[in-house]
Amino acid sequence: MIVAGIDCGAKNTKTIILKEGQIIGKASVLTGFDQQQAVAQSLEQALAAAQIDRSEIEAIGGTGSGKESIPDLDSSVNDINAMARAAHYFFPNSRTVTDVGAEEGRAVKIDETGAVIDFAINEKCAAGAGAFIEAMGRALEVPLEEMGPMALTSGQEIPMNAQCAIFAESEVVGLIHTKTEIKDISKAIHDAMASRIVSMIRRVGVNEDVVMLGGVGRNPGFVEAMRRELELGKIFIPVEPEFGAAVGAAMVVAEQD
Amino acid sequence: MAEVNMAEATEREFWRWAETNWSNPEIEWRDAQYITVGIDVGSVSSQAVIAVDGKIYAYGNMRTGSNSPDSARDVLAFALEATDLPADRMNYCIGTGYGRVNVPFADRSITEIACHARGANFIYGPEVRTVLDVGGQDIKAIQCDEKGKVSNFLMNDKCAAGTGRGMEVFADLLGVPIGEVGDRSFEVKEEPEAVSSTCVVYAKSEATGLLRKGWTTEEVLAAYCRAMAERIYSLLERIGVAPAFAVTGGLAKNRGVMDRLMPMVGLERQQTEWDTQIAGAAGAALFGYALCSKGKGRQ
Repeated sequence: MIVAGIDCGAKNTKTIILKEGQIIGKASVLTGFDQQQAVAQSLEQALAAAQIDRSEIEAIGGTGSGKESIPDLDSSVNDINAMARAAHYFFPNSRTVTDVGAEEGRAVKIDETGAVIDFAINEKCAAGAGAFIEAMGRALEVPLEEMGPMALTSGQEIPMNAQCAIFAESEVVGLIHTKTEIKDISKAIHDAMASRIVSMIRRVGVNEDVVMLGGVGRNPGFVEAMRRELELGKIFIPVEPEFGAAVGAAMVVAEQD
Repeated sequence: MAEVNMAEATEREFWRWAETNWSNPEIEWRDAQYITVGIDVGSVSSQAVIAVDGKIYAYGNMRTGSNSPDSARDVLAFALEATDLPADRMNYCIGTGYGRVNVPFADRSITEIACHARGANFIYGPEVRTVLDVGGQDIKAIQCDEKGKVSNFLMNDKCAAGTGRGMEVFADLLGVPIGEVGDRSFEVKEEPEAVSSTCVVYAKSEATGLLRKGWTTEEVLAAYCRAMAERIYSLLERIGVAPAFAVTGGLAKNRGVMDRLMPMVGLERQQTEWDTQIAGAAGAALFGYALCSKGKGRQ
């Protein structure tokens, strides 16, 4: 059976094609302002990568904030279920899953079958989402992809007072004025963000393996800050963590038939 | 020519509000017993108020610079510019606000909560029982007695929603000079719903989306001013509003937010000719005079 999982997020739209539980194609495009177009594009590119035709897809599962703009949706999968299924798919031992997206942060506790036990979600405040690091990157005038590697080179601990992304921006500018090294500021930003995400994870509970999904999983500075804050030896992250929710949506729709 | 204009347009700082200084020429400082100064170093703006025997004689109001000590010195110098008072004639100085412990020439510091209540009592009169201070980076709702003494307060200083800084961000985003935001926000055919995001970062994306959908700048301003009013009201609601009600801080000058807030409160707000941003520094200067006249001034 061939199914597709589409995750139409605030920033990117991702499609995964699953054949008998194996990933055979995937694509990610910028969501931009036209969600429908983004969905169509990512599906088309994923089909091309899988070298199959649209007609071969038996069912589509959709998730993400823009899932309403996915046509021919067979199953609307909520983000929490998608995360749980994806974490279980990649790491069967996972019991706690976190997903930090551009405008949301989530933590989910799951059982050994991948079923959801409890969850916490922040979609109200940019301080606990990827948007925080992006805004700080702009204030620092450092490209987003360089922020994390740069943070890793710092051994300093500078506490940030501001929680709000708007106030933190002024604080970062203040740190630049006082000649604080950019790498140290970058680490302070990741540490501040990680401590907020971890406090959300602790609300649902940290059990055994912690899995991180979402694009922020590609940011080594953030992953390291999370690992330190969680006091764990390792955090489990799939190779392409941004496709996590799309994989979960595909899994859910595949199991429905 | 067109290129030059473009450069000017992109560099224009829409958030920038007018910095002012003032003095009362009818007050004679030469015979005064105590000249006291209040310095309020806020996160966004700083004020210096000079009191002559407990009467407000002069003030300066400017944007806070990159560090508190320099901002304190600069704003005092700015206030003195409006006078012929020599700097060494001052008997006592109190620092307040976010940077209060970093006012190098202050004799002591007092929290901004106490100073705002005392300042509002002076600016608006002893009948004030509830003071709303909408500052650059926080919102405070304060209950006080007829002497301006604080009996209870609530504060939000964690989140930019509802603060002056949030408004500056929007003025910049929409390219509307901050002094025009209030009037422009009423140039709408129909009052829109408030912006649904609380977070300023998300409200910015939401506003961009609304503009793209064809909303006018004025409609977006109206929707944001309403969201700010709702946010501020949620704090007031928690503490309760006893009359008379007064507003201090920079946002008191923004009718876009205030005229939307007042129907929610269900009261009139007190009016004043004073600059509402000087309340904290005025309170500090008056506390200084009270201390000096009790013999608790500089030894």
